[in-house]
Amino acid sequence: MWIRKEKRAAPETGRACLILLGGMLVLVIIMATGMGYMRISAGDVIRIIFYGLSGNHGLIAGINKVFPYVVWDVRLPRVLTAAVVGTGLSLAGVVFQGILLNPLADPYTLGISAGAAFGASIALLLDIGSLGIYSVPLFAFAGAVATLFAVMALSTSGGTISSNNLILSGIIVAAILSAGISFIKYVADEQVSIIIFWLMGSFGSKTWVDVFITFSFVFIGFIICIFFARDLNIMSLGDRSASSLGINPNRTRITLLVTASMITAVCVSVSGIIGFVGLIIPHLMRFMVGSDSRRLVPASALAGAILLLSADTVTRALLPAEIPIGVLTALIGGPFFCYIFKKRQTAVQSG
Amino acid sequence: MGKDLIFEMEDLSFHYGRTRAVDNLSLTLSSGCFWGLLGPNGCGKSTLLDLMARCKTPQAGIIKYRGRDIRDYGSKVIAREIALVPQDFHVNFPFTVEEILLMGRHPYIPRFASPSSDDLQVVDQVMEVLKIAKFRHNYITELSGGEKQRVIFARALAQDTPVVLLDEATSNMDIRHTLDILDIVAGDVETGGKTVIAALHNLNLAATYCDKLVFMKSGRVVSQGDRDQVLTEEILYEVFGIESRVYFDEYVGSRQVAFRRRRP
Repeated sequence: MWIRKEKRAAPETGRACLILLGGMLVLVIIMATGMGYMRISAGDVIRIIFYGLSGNHGLIAGINKVFPYVVWDVRLPRVLTAAVVGTGLSLAGVVFQGILLNPLADPYTLGISAGAAFGASIALLLDIGSLGIYSVPLFAFAGAVATLFAVMALSTSGGTISSNNLILSGIIVAAILSAGISFIKYVADEQVSIIIFWLMGSFGSKTWVDVFITFSFVFIGFIICIFFARDLNIMSLGDRSASSLGINPNRTRITLLVTASMITAVCVSVSGIIGFVGLIIPHLMRFMVGSDSRRLVPASALAGAILLLSADTVTRALLPAEIPIGVLTALIGGPFFCYIFKKRQTAVQSG
Repeated sequence: MGKDLIFEMEDLSFHYGRTRAVDNLSLTLSSGCFWGLLGPNGCGKSTLLDLMARCKTPQAGIIKYRGRDIRDYGSKVIAREIALVPQDFHVNFPFTVEEILLMGRHPYIPRFASPSSDDLQVVDQVMEVLKIAKFRHNYITELSGGEKQRVIFARALAQDTPVVLLDEATSNMDIRHTLDILDIVAGDVETGGKTVIAALHNLNLAATYCDKLVFMKSGRVVSQGDRDQVLTEEILYEVFGIESRVYFDEYVGSRQVAFRRRRP
């Protein structure tokens, strides 16, 4: 027998955590924008941001003439894109884990990222311009949703989805899709450099258009996730209990899975494949604010932004040579995945 | 309290692919009773409960709840009428016991609203009755199998419905907790006018607690009625294909079933 500890993430501590995370995010954005080849003080960054918003020239009097350009046109788009993509991947992670009842699920381990990348590669290969700037995200979305259903169909037996089959199917499908992407690279002549560069995953050379597209889709996704947060909680009781509580499990599942795939697709199409963010963040946040999705969703959204922005800033400003962000997150996230996987196995044995 | 009809099912069918789980079944159940649903594995008991809880839609036939087609009720309305306690459940995420019980109040709490004092009071009462108040702030993932099942049962009681459906809800519990829970629901039937419909495997527990029994086989009803009329050696042979002895037990205060080894 062991002593049962009093532990609980009360709504009040949850709220405090959210305020703390929000404050940290603002701080990290300002710090990250100031860091780089040219160091810019936090005060100057804030003044330039307000100048950019208001157009009041008095705010930037006495600041190096190059700084407003560096902050507003070069660094802020990259910083904000990284933050929004971090939010998106974490949201997708919360939803995939909650709906598939699997703490190991995330867009990367389920192969959804690879599906989106495959779709986007096809768009780049065929150089489809008819849909304008939306062609890559749309193809990525189609790839993500198709992969989602393929993985689910592969792991379903007798009407139920087994958690471990799901991860296995994700890995199988992702392997096939990476081979497909390699094939596309092989047949692409002139487009190959674009595809390779994009696949590496980078936030370099992002523009305000990228920020705008990513933000609008992730924001819509966030609203849907918040709206269904309570249903997501109840879904963890299983379909039968959920539906006896007045929830339509199939409708909720499809809505949220498609939402998460949309978020994943837009993130992948703007930044390439970035793994494990959606796995790590929901875990850490469950530890901080508890499992209630009404707190978990906003907390993960904020923490994801902080983590990915910090990681991007490390590769951009601190390391001697810029390494692809996807490599960095995989180096941190891979061992973390092993840890959760091992912990789950021992939990199953002892329980 | 009159014994009105609560469920009227006519020509109900439900099949998974080509397997017929419920086959052209007709059944009427009166309210204010403890109904036991008995039959061999795979005879369609769980499916029937799912149909009654509206977790599944029948491919043919009609279910009337309190005289009205069950499809005409709103989903929140039905959730305030009928609760289902499933047989197996896996909660993979560390929700606290209190959070799980509050999920049972879902049909009463509007989206984005906090639980009212009524909701919290019901949850407190249920925890008191089921003796799980001491686990209130513990994570469900760290409870034992039997404790978890009590929490899931408490979740359904917190739903505070006039009809409770139990699908082998005591299968993981030791005998003391089983008796505790069956005592609670039987008490709710007698004093609170609830209707309980329980799929059970243990014939003697069914005989001890249920006043009405329904025997099912291959998706159809073989026999239904008062316990003392339908719990007979002939029906047990017809339904389960086993020899048994049915006798009145003074200690229990009802009929019981005895079995013996078939090979010496």
